[in-house]
Amino acid sequence: MKTTRVLAASLMALGLSLTAAKAADGHSPNPPRENWSFAGVFGKFDKAQLQRGFQVYREVCANCHSMTLVRFRNLAEPGGPGFTAAQVKALAAEYKVSELNDNGEQVERPARPADAWPSPFPNEKAAAAANGGKAPPDFSVLAKARTYERGFPLFVVDAMPFVGYSEQGVDYIHALLNGYEDPPAGTEVPAGANYNKYYDGHLIAMAKPLSDGQVTYAKGENGEPVVPETVDQYSRDVSAFMAWAAEPHLEARKALGFRVILFLIVLSGLLYYVKKKVWADVGGEVHGLQPELHKAG
Amino acid sequence: MSAHGTAYVPKSGLAKWFESRLPLVGLVHSSFVSFPVPRNLNYFWTFGAILIMMLGVQIATGIWLAMHYDPSANAAFNSVEHIMRDVNYGWLLRYMHANGASMFFVAVYIHIFRGLYYGSYKAPREVLYILGVIIYLLMMATAFLGYTLPWGQMSYWGATVITNILAAIPIVGDTIQSLLWGGYSVGSPTLNRFFSLHYLLPFMIVGVVVLHVWALHVTGQNNPTGIPIKSGKDVVAFTPYATIKDVFAAAVFMIFFAYWIFYQPNYLGHADNYVPANPGVTPKHIVPEWYFLPFYAILRAVPDKLGGVILMFGAVLILAFAPWLDTSRVRSSNYRPIYRQFFWLFVIVCIILGWLGAKPPEGGYVIASQICTAYYFAHFLLVMPLVGLFETPNRLPGSILESVTGPGKQVDSGSGMPVGAAAAPPSKG
Repeated sequence: MKTTRVLAASLMALGLSLTAAKAADGHSPNPPRENWSFAGVFGKFDKAQLQRGFQVYREVCANCHSMTLVRFRNLAEPGGPGFTAAQVKALAAEYKVSELNDNGEQVERPARPADAWPSPFPNEKAAAAANGGKAPPDFSVLAKARTYERGFPLFVVDAMPFVGYSEQGVDYIHALLNGYEDPPAGTEVPAGANYNKYYDGHLIAMAKPLSDGQVTYAKGENGEPVVPETVDQYSRDVSAFMAWAAEPHLEARKALGFRVILFLIVLSGLLYYVKKKVWADVGGEVHGLQPELHKAG
Repeated sequence: MSAHGTAYVPKSGLAKWFESRLPLVGLVHSSFVSFPVPRNLNYFWTFGAILIMMLGVQIATGIWLAMHYDPSANAAFNSVEHIMRDVNYGWLLRYMHANGASMFFVAVYIHIFRGLYYGSYKAPREVLYILGVIIYLLMMATAFLGYTLPWGQMSYWGATVITNILAAIPIVGDTIQSLLWGGYSVGSPTLNRFFSLHYLLPFMIVGVVVLHVWALHVTGQNNPTGIPIKSGKDVVAFTPYATIKDVFAAAVFMIFFAYWIFYQPNYLGHADNYVPANPGVTPKHIVPEWYFLPFYAILRAVPDKLGGVILMFGAVLILAFAPWLDTSRVRSSNYRPIYRQFFWLFVIVCIILGWLGAKPPEGGYVIASQICTAYYFAHFLLVMPLVGLFETPNRLPGSILESVTGPGKQVDSGSGMPVGAAAAPPSKG
């Protein structure tokens, strides 16, 4: 384990030196790699983090970004933020959804756990019109829809067990939310655009969405905040939440995978010894075959 | 098919009644139980069985996915996400199917390169080999059609690029393109057609696989020495010997397969395909799946569209001519000191082409693609014919048994064969 880490680190250093040239010629820098609880073979979401991330999404991001594929009930399902069914029911009731009643009239009713997360705009055109011509992307699978290129040889390392890496999208989102800075001298930032270090081309329509202290997290038992109320923490939490939204069965997948692979390794081991046993009696003469019977034609 | 090894003898009255009307059990018995298998096969020979397993996995998961999938432009993307989120173990089915396609190609590439290395394409296995090339072509078509179904950005733009390529075919190109599109651009009718064809082609693959296996059981398997079976001492019975070896290898392959499904399910795909198809926004780089990259590099190596298309299809079709392009009488590259080096060079060139296919078509990448493309064709058109003429092969072992037990233990290689059979062209082995 330790040697693989060392090997990975040295390969990474090699990769960084190889990709340094790329960064120098004006492309956006690669997002820093963060530690995520859900990374790796035994990865699991941090429920408290998902709840905080959901809070950030709900209070800040959801004003512009839809999340149509996530339903209220998902928030109470195993492997997710771990809200109770009652909490989700109460949460859903705070929202209104419209439907046709039996008389064919459009009516509003309180949302139920089975309803999809309500979108901030009635349709994509309205979302685009309210946001400078382009609709803000839907959050449902966004963490899987974003990535960045790691280049050779890192992309080979990324595929490997234990040193593998599949959180590029989450890291990118976290980096992007922390990537707002003053443009370098000489860079024109047109109206309606904002400078972001990690965004491709650097000019992003979304204004800096998070600032320190913007979201008030629940306090711990001693009345002190459990985590800092900073942009870095908010972005970390909401990125983790988006990773869950994009892959709600991640925990089940990794847990099942471990059992499946363990089973297959044992099975292969047993089959290997059966194969050895079967082949052990293959001497000069062959069993079960009469040579004169397998003539040509 | 001729009698192989111990023949099947029905025992019960019902079995006798059935066998005298349709000798199905006898056919299966002669093909998968008593079929003589060279005793020196290495693990590269297990990939045939692995491929059959993968075909089964793809068809089984595909049938289940089709029960939940909606092939219309408005609903396809969300129906795939519905499978991922709401269908019980839908995420497993879908990741098995998506990664299964990649594993299918991993196995088929090993299978093809094994055949090329050991000269399995040479007489008397030309038809067997060409059937394999046809399966490979059908696999490529099926995989391409399947990749369009999630209707993400890469699905949509991949379909656009490939259907535009077909339009370059003289005279009939436009007609083919309109037929595939079902309109004036890639859209919902295209997706419907692709889904229908994606469901059809695997069953055509099954048909050709049956012919492939049939042809195999007429000519018999090649083996690492490339020399034909000369006596019963060179072979073992398919069951239990090859069966247990194939099952073991398939289990090991399943570990590899499971790793991708459970721990890197999206590594072999593209992030862009999680963005719903949008005809108004072109992705920065339109890149096919990894298994098409060498051919994509060949396509883009040529500045002329039609020329690129001809070379791309030619790169696949030229495989079918290998039996006649290779002039060497020795099958296995183990005994071909010069050709063996060219073989590995060819493998490296294919991998470099794959890497180039993932790079943008500009500057040095294009030049490198052109050099590699030239070498790809030169391997078939120059290396194969010329090396065979000028190379002096190493001494071949006297028999398969001798290659296993060593030359000290000479065996009577003529035993069990009719006198004329040894001199006749090998119809077996």
